Amino acid sequence: MTVYLDIVASGVLTGLVYGLMALGLSVIFGVVRVVNFAHGELTVAAMYMAWVLAGSLGVDPILTLPLIAAALFAVGYALQRHLVEPFIGRPEHEQFMLLLAVSIIMLNGLLLAFGPDARHVPVDYAYDSIELGPMLLDTVRVYAAAAAVALALGLYLFFRFTDLGTAIRACADNLLGAQVVGLDVRRLYALAFGLGCALVGASGTLMVLMRDATPILAVQLTLLAFIVVIIGGLGSMAGALVGGVLIGVSEALAGFVLMPSLKSLFSYGLLILVLLLRPEGLMGRRA
Amino acid sequence: MSARNLLLGLLALLVVAPALVGAYPLAVLILILHYAYLGIAWNVMMGFAGLLSLGHTLYVGLGAYVAAALYASFGLPALLGAIPAAIVATLAGLGIGALGFRFRVNGVYFALLTIAFAEFTRILFDHMGWTGGSSGFFLPVEHGQVSPVALRGPPILFYYVALAMAAGGFMLARSLMRTRLGYAWLAIREDPDSAAASGVDVFRARMAAVAVSSALTSLGGVFYAFYYNNMYPEQIFSMARSIEIILAPIIGGLGTLFGPVLGSFVLTLLGEGTTGLLEHLGLAAPGAKQVIYGVALLVIVTVQPAGLWPWLAKRLRIGRDG
Repeated sequence: MTVYLDIVASGVLTGLVYGLMALGLSVIFGVVRVVNFAHGELTVAAMYMAWVLAGSLGVDPILTLPLIAAALFAVGYALQRHLVEPFIGRPEHEQFMLLLAVSIIMLNGLLLAFGPDARHVPVDYAYDSIELGPMLLDTVRVYAAAAAVALALGLYLFFRFTDLGTAIRACADNLLGAQVVGLDVRRLYALAFGLGCALVGASGTLMVLMRDATPILAVQLTLLAFIVVIIGGLGSMAGALVGGVLIGVSEALAGFVLMPSLKSLFSYGLLILVLLLRPEGLMGRRA
Repeated sequence: MSARNLLLGLLALLVVAPALVGAYPLAVLILILHYAYLGIAWNVMMGFAGLLSLGHTLYVGLGAYVAAALYASFGLPALLGAIPAAIVATLAGLGIGALGFRFRVNGVYFALLTIAFAEFTRILFDHMGWTGGSSGFFLPVEHGQVSPVALRGPPILFYYVALAMAAGGFMLARSLMRTRLGYAWLAIREDPDSAAASGVDVFRARMAAVAVSSALTSLGGVFYAFYYNNMYPEQIFSMARSIEIILAPIIGGLGTLFGPVLGSFVLTLLGEGTTGLLEHLGLAAPGAKQVIYGVALLVIVTVQPAGLWPWLAKRLRIGRDG
């Protein structure tokens, strides 16, 4: 029985990192109203950054996290400023095609730069575990999940208690009102996109502790972020974390009970059900 | 120049092309015609009816597997196997459409629904023993066998089949556009609520678009199966292929007739040109072709979002017939 407990716990921990990545998607969509189809590609780019830094400097990915998050923030800010901004207000499918183009270029650019092989980042504590009551938890997952929760909490505090966070929320809630009171909406949009990408950078860095980096992972991660966010409810912060945990646990269980290769079947099945029955997500408000 | 003359000129050129070119250009032309055909099929849903499907590889894969399995097990020739293949794919399409439209899954959400079904099916086929699972399914090949009905023969046979499919798909799309249904699609694409208010049965028209598009796409899958003689769920149901299908019509011009054809020519030539150039320089660079595709898409979406064809048609003074 304890083996199930271990698997569920490991699923929860992995799921929190999924949740952090999905949170980035949720912030971008919630504020800028653009579906970031290049989300997985950005995550994998962050994973490679962690791999390069770990390889050349020999530092633990967790220590390079702020650096990578800052780099991705800059990427996101520039992306919004130079590419996405002119597309605000254009038809949904044109925005989608723009980000599709970005994702194709990034995915294959990564393939060109790093090749198709899986890249592994070794850490000293890779095979350590922490005993918690009857459960045995992987140390890497505990660290990654703890960092994810801390960042999500930080994001909540930022949106709730800072002026800048409030201003960004104002743009999301009432664009016209935000413009009327004189907020620089274009800058705030770029900040929000950058912030979403910073979360991607952080989650990619944490993800590399648990999974090897390969370009092909990008497609899976984009879909995973969509699944998590839609199950949790687009725009709901708590929803993204809950959705992440739900997917993490269901994948871990399916991988153990059935076959590892069948684990995504449940995620896609769940996505179909949620899209049909509760499109606003499990935690979202009805539009 | 009128659209009609352009069409006839292009067709005449393509009919005599095999006599003029070697084996490699012929293979490239087959690829161009195949993607032009798939683009035309996808365009019926997105370009005409405004339904963004990102899971079209589902219909390619179903068509390929059904026709291939019937040929391998019962020796059913491709031309006959295409019928059950199209039926299976159309039923799948109608099922997804009915669920999506009844439950009001719109826009990007509908696109995600189509991805979810395609990916779901990919994983199922990966684990299905009798189609070979992830190790793939192979068609029996007999050397020297020539039979147009069974789609067995040299590349030139496949060339003319691909040409016939592209031309047939083009003509079908062209005539559909001028029917009541075609106008209903355009009305729905522009504004579903207004279309409904003016008496268009939105649900039925959308279902018709899905049926036409999935049936046509599955025939492309039958062609794929017999041309390549092998299929792996990993490839044939992959999202990368769904995206490859939609690039030509987007770059050529959504909702236009010539768009998918032009887009397929431009993209395939760009892609093959890049690969050829890199090989010439002694560089094997997987991904280079796709980067070029991505850049082409980026340029088109930012500079000419309506696509290449409307721009070219204006230059050539071709009316809205295209």
